[in-house]
Amino acid sequence: MTITALIAEDEPLLAADLRAELERLWPDLRVIASVGHGEAAWRETLTLQPDVLFLDIRMPGMTGLEAAQALAEDWPDNDAQPFPLIVFVTAYDQYALQAFDRAAVDYLVKPVQSERLAQTCSRLQAALRQRHGTSSLDGLVQQLRGLVGSGAPGAPAPATGAGSLRVIQAAAGNAIHMVPVDEVLYFEAADKYVRVITADREHLIRTSLRELQPQLDAQRFWQIHRGTIVRCDAVASALRDESGKLTLTLRGHADRLTVSRLYAHRFKAM
Amino acid sequence: MFFAPRPQDGTLTRFAWRGVRIFIVGGILSVTGALLFAKNFGAAMAYSLSITMMCWFFIDGGINAVASLIYRHDPECRAGATKWPAWPWTVAVILGGTIVGHSLGVALGNLVTGYDMPGLLNSDYRRALGLLAVALLPGIATTYFFYSRHRLASSEAVAQTAQRQAAENQLRLLESQLEPHMLFNTLANLRVLIGIDPPRAQLMLDRLIAFLRATLVASRETRHPLSSEFARIADYLALMKIRMGDRLQTQLQLPPELADWPVPPLLLQPLVENAIKHGLEPHVDGGRLHVSAERRGAHLVLQVRDTGAGLSAGAASPRGTRFGLQQVRERLHTLHGAAATLDLEPATDAEGGTLATIRIPLTPP
Repeated sequence: MTITALIAEDEPLLAADLRAELERLWPDLRVIASVGHGEAAWRETLTLQPDVLFLDIRMPGMTGLEAAQALAEDWPDNDAQPFPLIVFVTAYDQYALQAFDRAAVDYLVKPVQSERLAQTCSRLQAALRQRHGTSSLDGLVQQLRGLVGSGAPGAPAPATGAGSLRVIQAAAGNAIHMVPVDEVLYFEAADKYVRVITADREHLIRTSLRELQPQLDAQRFWQIHRGTIVRCDAVASALRDESGKLTLTLRGHADRLTVSRLYAHRFKAM
Repeated sequence: MFFAPRPQDGTLTRFAWRGVRIFIVGGILSVTGALLFAKNFGAAMAYSLSITMMCWFFIDGGINAVASLIYRHDPECRAGATKWPAWPWTVAVILGGTIVGHSLGVALGNLVTGYDMPGLLNSDYRRALGLLAVALLPGIATTYFFYSRHRLASSEAVAQTAQRQAAENQLRLLESQLEPHMLFNTLANLRVLIGIDPPRAQLMLDRLIAFLRATLVASRETRHPLSSEFARIADYLALMKIRMGDRLQTQLQLPPELADWPVPPLLLQPLVENAIKHGLEPHVDGGRLHVSAERRGAHLVLQVRDTGAGLSAGAASPRGTRFGLQQVRERLHTLHGAAATLDLEPATDAEGGTLATIRIPLTPP
């Protein structure tokens, strides 16, 4: 069985060089795709399901860490294809280096030197030999949990006046609706907007979830997915199905919300 | 002076140190005076020292007490910052301190020697005025001595703070220009180019050298011609183009009649860097960067425009932007005061993005 790899790097020269170096150092490895931004990395990885993923950290659109987070959330649960082994590549991101220092996944610093890349290749080969099930996914989920709330790149930076937002001001035609945050059941990211769902209606605000989150009280508003933040006292119950997937039901609303595996640890019995 | 307080000592310690110094200087003067003029050496020493120390205690203590009272009443006032009250207060304290200090000093002298020398308050007014005039002189002189030392020390501290801030600013400017992410990515690209396209690698290295040299020199020179400014931006953009490929399109527009106009070196650099870092780099499709100079009435107008992510998205990105803009504003203000401006606004046409505009008066600086 050939080993497949995907390269995500926004700088064309560096991507081409990494590909050439990999071909030289590891002839059995087949680079099946090379993409230039985070979203493409996430989409193509889900479709092509490579064994190894080289992820640049700073990329346009979605960063490498965000792409890894999205993959960890969306990777199918069946064991048919194990989660790719991720190697982060970065020019200079101290936080990322520290965060992945004790990591099962490797990281490379640009300019990538051949000897160092050879070391990474043998590390990957060893990991591939003893890989089974979703073990690498579990390891990554653990690390990403640490990163998500730690001010590392990819996680929202705490802003001044954190958690102080009282009302959501949502435009509708030429009126502005003042929606108290206490009435909001959950927020959901929708492209360049955020949907604000209350018990009886829904508003759209032109902001990103990432900009909104620091303004919300973290004790009351829990992130449960990269695209969903729920007010915790609006949650009625959390149900786990046979495959381990966690779903929330809400008080006074029929919607059901999916909790990604990155945030599932928040819902435990006392 | 070997009997000297250290800068970190508290008010009380410094007060005590001054007392020790007064005692030594007063002691030497008393010994000299007593040896030369006095019939009874011991008694003269006792009176002289006790009056000196009493006067010092009430004047110095009084000044410190008044300063701290004023400070407690109004923390914003100058006396709070300098720990020294205004002149009328000082004069009043010297006068009062001398009267009280002299009287108590005489009383203490009487107690020690067993004599009964009349003090200020139980002499007739002519003798009292004479005594007071003699007693005031050393008080005024000593106060003036400590006051000038104090002023010297505080102006030194102010100068040191200003110097440290200037150095810190320069360092931050340098740091923001030699941003590690940019530097290491450029070097990574260079490393690849050396292997596959040596002539192009050489060209890129030349650009990098010119950019680095300009960055290092910029902190020393105050002005260079606009044509040099555009050349350095061209260097930087050429480096970025190798990294970003087709995602970066650039356009530089400098009318020949403005080519020699002097501007602060690398004034536009932070704006160009912001346009790339916060506008075009995070934008998946990249975009266009347009840098232009033109004469508009009595102003030189420099514009940096990108068709990237725009301001609202940029607001969420790290604080780097603010420092760059603040730096540009500060430099403009230093050279032109309120006459030069920097504005950052969303571009109004269909392509979107951000427009940064600098206006500098076209009077020769």
